[in-house]
Amino acid sequence: MTPAKGADQETAPRFSVRLAVVVLALMIIAPLVISGAVNLYQFRKAYKNKVSSELSVMIERHSLTVDSFIDDRLSDIRVIAREHPIERLRQPNFLRLVLNVMREEYHGAFVDLGLVSSDGIQVAYAGPFNLQMADYSAAPWFHEAMISENFISDVFAGLRGSPHFIVATQRKVGDEIFVVKATIDFEAFNALVENLRIGNAGFAFIFNREGDFQTSPRFEVALNRPPYVDLLEGRIRSDRITVLEGEDVLRRRSIFTIAPLKQGQWFLCYQQETSDAFAALRHVQEFAIVVLIIVSLAAIFMGYVISRNLAQRIALAHHDRNMMAHQVIETGRLASIGELAAGIAHEINNPVAIMVQEAGWIEDLLGEDEPASDSNLEEIGRAVGQIRTQGDRCKEITYKLLSFARKTDPTVREVNLNDIVDEVIGLTSQKTRYANVLIETELSPDLPTIQASPSELQQVLLNLVNNAIDAIERPGGVVTVATRPAGDEVVLEVRDTGKGIPEANLARIFDPFFTTKPVGQGTGLGLSICYGIVEKMGGRITVESEIEKGTTFTVFLPREAPAGVGNAESDLEEEGS
Amino acid sequence: MIEASVLIVDDEVPFVETLMKRLAKRGVRVDAAYSGHEALEKLTASGPTKTDVVILDVKMPGMDGLEALARMKTEHPLIEVIMLTGHATVESAIEGMKRGAYDYLMKPCELDLLMEKLNAATDKKREHESKILEARANLISLRRGD
Repeated sequence: MTPAKGADQETAPRFSVRLAVVVLALMIIAPLVISGAVNLYQFRKAYKNKVSSELSVMIERHSLTVDSFIDDRLSDIRVIAREHPIERLRQPNFLRLVLNVMREEYHGAFVDLGLVSSDGIQVAYAGPFNLQMADYSAAPWFHEAMISENFISDVFAGLRGSPHFIVATQRKVGDEIFVVKATIDFEAFNALVENLRIGNAGFAFIFNREGDFQTSPRFEVALNRPPYVDLLEGRIRSDRITVLEGEDVLRRRSIFTIAPLKQGQWFLCYQQETSDAFAALRHVQEFAIVVLIIVSLAAIFMGYVISRNLAQRIALAHHDRNMMAHQVIETGRLASIGELAAGIAHEINNPVAIMVQEAGWIEDLLGEDEPASDSNLEEIGRAVGQIRTQGDRCKEITYKLLSFARKTDPTVREVNLNDIVDEVIGLTSQKTRYANVLIETELSPDLPTIQASPSELQQVLLNLVNNAIDAIERPGGVVTVATRPAGDEVVLEVRDTGKGIPEANLARIFDPFFTTKPVGQGTGLGLSICYGIVEKMGGRITVESEIEKGTTFTVFLPREAPAGVGNAESDLEEEGS
Repeated sequence: MIEASVLIVDDEVPFVETLMKRLAKRGVRVDAAYSGHEALEKLTASGPTKTDVVILDVKMPGMDGLEALARMKTEHPLIEVIMLTGHATVESAIEGMKRGAYDYLMKPCELDLLMEKLNAATDKKREHESKILEARANLISLRRGD
């Protein structure tokens, strides 16, 4: 059995423009977003590494600068302490002289210079404050300075009440230890880190291991919060440059770069908001997003244009297809009427030829010398009778044709399939006689009536019977038309003992324009129209065939017509008649 | 007028009967057959010289006109055949002429036209026969050595 396909009339396939736009846009945008995200991630990583390493390098350089500034100042004091005899160091005037030279040399980094005896009394002093004979015996820095040979203090206010720090070195005279000390101008020292700036919001400052600021930070800093507290409490290694990300006191993401100073006693910290440090990265991200938005909009627009275009084409193609299907069925109907008409016209030729002969015979008789002889009159009477007989025969033939041609009406009514079979066999009787084909019927006497269009059923059966007759090439073939009930359906079978249909053609026989008949003898529409009509009736048509044995077409028709079929406004009727 | 001898072959009995009467009235010797088989049988029974022309319908049940023509031309080559056809079988009639039919006529046909073709075909057949007789006479005289 071959499931058949044909010119079915269906509604336009659903094509969602919106869905197509989404799919097309996704197809364009998704790869863009993925590759953009990957690129951006890689770029971000590389850029962060770059920023981090730049910060490390900068902080390292500055830590060296600060360290060398302090070491240089200490060296200066050491030179003064070692080079000059203690007697001269005891003279404030000499110290003033040395201080002036150093101030000139180092642009005022040194504030004052003094010599402190082992009991903490400043025995000589040069500087802006009145600190001659000041007592440092209780000052923490003095105790430190007495213990280690060289000493650099933290920043403190001290006796003068302004922030400063002290560099001090010991000078031993016999058993007695003197301390030569210089005060370093806080402003000069502060300037070293104050000038350290990158971007708009970066700033540097120094604090000591106790958590006291050694320079004043430009913005607010809380040393009791991470990461500083972690550093001070030893949770972060302090012997090397560390770059960390975290939140600042105002909870803004920031980068902290910390380097040890003064052998780890102080820390130089550079703090910068992440947004500032990564400003360039943000610009790139913004640019990428703008590009993505533009491309996405373009993709959506393109998707819309393409989809709409596609939808229009599909709709148009479907419309054309439906039109074609209508035309195919109409053409097929005309073709079968034409075929039938040709056959019937030929059939009429025989009675007409007889009538012409009889008329001629009457003329012949009337032309005789004694036209009114008894035998002539009898002959004329017989001829006239023959003319009437043949005229009736013509009338019968034309009636059959007209009854078929007139019945192009798809209106559904109650039909007995057996009556249709009888009619169609009557129509094809001449054809079967000349083709030497015997038509047999096996009609079920208790066949239920069905709801269908008689004219369409006739068309289906005529096509099937004509095909069956054509399939028989040898004289003595048999075409059997059978009907039988089968549940809710009635079955119509047309069997022939013809040449059969090759397997290769079996799947295509219901296709429009498929024919194996010579050019000009078949339209290739008959079976596709049968298929279309049967489908429309809610039935189905199948074919079985065996080469050299014959073919059986089986039509299953429902007893009740499907809803929406066979009203006056049926599809075929609209386009066709 | 040459007295032609004609065999009408057609399955339409009333047609054949009336045509026979009309041709007989015009001095034609007429016989009828109602199928290809019957025609061949009659020709074989009567011999080739008895019939000059066969008027042969193309469409007949059983053996059709073209097949009958082929066999006639094989078995009785001297006999001329005029094909008689309805419109739909003109192609068959032309095919018949290719296979040796003398001419064809469309149904329904005028008797005058039929007579014309019948006479022409008879002439042709007689001419053919006389040529054969002449050739045979020449052959005999050649053998005698005249």
